[in-house]
Amino acid sequence: MNAVDTALTGKNAVKLISGNHACALGALAAGCRFFAGYPITPSSEIAERLARHLPEVDGVFVQMEDEIASMAAVIGASMGGVKAMTATSGPGFSLKQENIGYAAGAEIPCVIVNVMRGGPSTGMPTRPSQADLMQARWGSHGDYPIIVLTPASVGEIYSETIRAFDLAEQCRSPVVLLYDQVIAQLSETVALNGAAHASATRKWASGPRAAYKPYDGGSDGIPAMARPGAGYRTHTTGLTHSEDGFPTQNPEAVTRNLSRLFSKLERHRDLIDSSETLHCADADVVIVAIGISARAARRAVELCRAQGLRVGLFRPITLWPFPETALRQATAKARTVLVPEMNTGQLRLVVERVLGGMPVEGIHLFSGEAITPVDIATRAMALARGT
Amino acid sequence: MLIDTAADFDVRDYLRKEMMPHFLCPGCGHGIALRALLWAIHDLGLDKDKLAVVSGIGCAGRLSAYIDANTFHVTHGRPLAYATGLALARPDLHVVVITGDGDCLAIGGNHLIHACRRNLKLTCLMLNNEVYGMTGGQVSPTTSETRLTTTTPLGNQEPHFDACALATAAGASFVGREVTHHVPKLKELIKAGLEHPGFAFVEILSDCTEIFGRKNDLGSSPEMMMRQSSAIRPSAYRDTVDTPFRPNTLPTGVLAKNDRPEYGASYRRAAAARAGAPR
Repeated sequence: MNAVDTALTGKNAVKLISGNHACALGALAAGCRFFAGYPITPSSEIAERLARHLPEVDGVFVQMEDEIASMAAVIGASMGGVKAMTATSGPGFSLKQENIGYAAGAEIPCVIVNVMRGGPSTGMPTRPSQADLMQARWGSHGDYPIIVLTPASVGEIYSETIRAFDLAEQCRSPVVLLYDQVIAQLSETVALNGAAHASATRKWASGPRAAYKPYDGGSDGIPAMARPGAGYRTHTTGLTHSEDGFPTQNPEAVTRNLSRLFSKLERHRDLIDSSETLHCADADVVIVAIGISARAARRAVELCRAQGLRVGLFRPITLWPFPETALRQATAKARTVLVPEMNTGQLRLVVERVLGGMPVEGIHLFSGEAITPVDIATRAMALARGT
Repeated sequence: MLIDTAADFDVRDYLRKEMMPHFLCPGCGHGIALRALLWAIHDLGLDKDKLAVVSGIGCAGRLSAYIDANTFHVTHGRPLAYATGLALARPDLHVVVITGDGDCLAIGGNHLIHACRRNLKLTCLMLNNEVYGMTGGQVSPTTSETRLTTTTPLGNQEPHFDACALATAAGASFVGREVTHHVPKLKELIKAGLEHPGFAFVEILSDCTEIFGRKNDLGSSPEMMMRQSSAIRPSAYRDTVDTPFRPNTLPTGVLAKNDRPEYGASYRRAAAARAGAPR
């Protein structure tokens, strides 16, 4: 049985695969049937895998003429009712931003993978970074909500890809899967059990056309979408619209629709939030890290604990919206917080904001290398000893 | 055919009446183009529920909102890219793109040439009024030489694109052009585009009376339309080879047509053939 069949049938087979391979299989297991992309290192393997496997499941793969077109095609496919994804890296992620904002504003579900490489600009295409945390949240113009997930292992790329599709459909939102080049191209064993997981479906319009309002959030703030061909003949626009879907500049209608848009993710934090803690209950020092830096931090915690030092780890899995409450709980006993990250301080800025007066230190490496456990443990031990 | 009457066609059956009055300026040719499209849809008996209209940004981009169909008003320059995703994912829909000269040839130029090359079944109507009207009258890739716009106060010094020659060179399997002055002919051309099994590119010469016409002292809308009408060369009288830049008289009608394979069907056929083979 090949890996695609395994992913689809949920036979729980264990395979040794790369992070990007796991992403492609997770997408297939989640029901992704459309992928549009453009070649870019270090994410191209996702496109290559799906180019091979999507036709096997009656899906469509298309390599578009540029990054902008691939984002646009993904949104177009999703407007047609098909689960759709694209994958890219820093420069391509920048190019996609205008259309990501369209997906956020028009509330079109889609998944965007951004494998982070060194930047700015062309930067270091084959080297890892974690410097797109803020672009993932704020990259498009205007004010808009978005969901960003940051897996830290190949297995988690598989499961978080599936969760990304579920959240996109449930919340009618673009979802960014954000991971670094190290885990993208790292090979680990993964249990391919995706089909065991009940995949979420979009809320579709039903009932008479006259009573249907395309952007009426109903009881949960998430509007039902009209599937083209189902007889509703609605209008979708990037212009600010009222509940009927048509453009408006009426201040009350604009405020009503945008307020619902901004609050809809807040109302579903129970679905969206995800984080992991390790030895935080009694920790004097809590390390906050994502992705490959969190893997190194986990080992650093073990090294510290072996020395009898009370050091813990808090790892956001959902990065945006940021898990503020969970971070505050994890650091309730802490004297200080340490943020190791492969950028100049993007995650530290968030942690400082959430924790107010708490002393927050950072380890910031932007040399194109990953942070090692020893780098983190050395600093954490000094902080724990108060030296 | 050319004395076609619209006896059984009521444009109101295809418009969203709640969107009226429309926002087009007095004298704008875009309303005529919209009517011709809806008439063509009527003649072909296309199901409005299965019709998807994707449009970009600009005056032409706003037309989709008036059509009683599944309509998508997307980002500037990208309607062909959105439509590509929609048509590939939903081959059961009839996907029409409405775009303008700036949307299609400037910011969206890359998508146009690749849509022509790919030959996915889409009908692309490019409404050419030689100007960025919605933003107040800036020069576009189709603005004629020496014309005045807000960004060419010295008169336009750039040569303009012949969109149909560009589409033909990029491999479009159906290319046509018509003026808004000849509505039944325009309707027939759009019908032929809608019926074409691959990518169909139709350039519609429209007029921007309020902004471009006024700036260049081109007179009323009927005067602008008559000037366009006298400058065209119907396909029956075509005698010269197209160049990448517009010659003094413009050929109209169907300018290119071939039956090379449609991309979506080719992809699905290849996938089906592969399904039986070992992986």
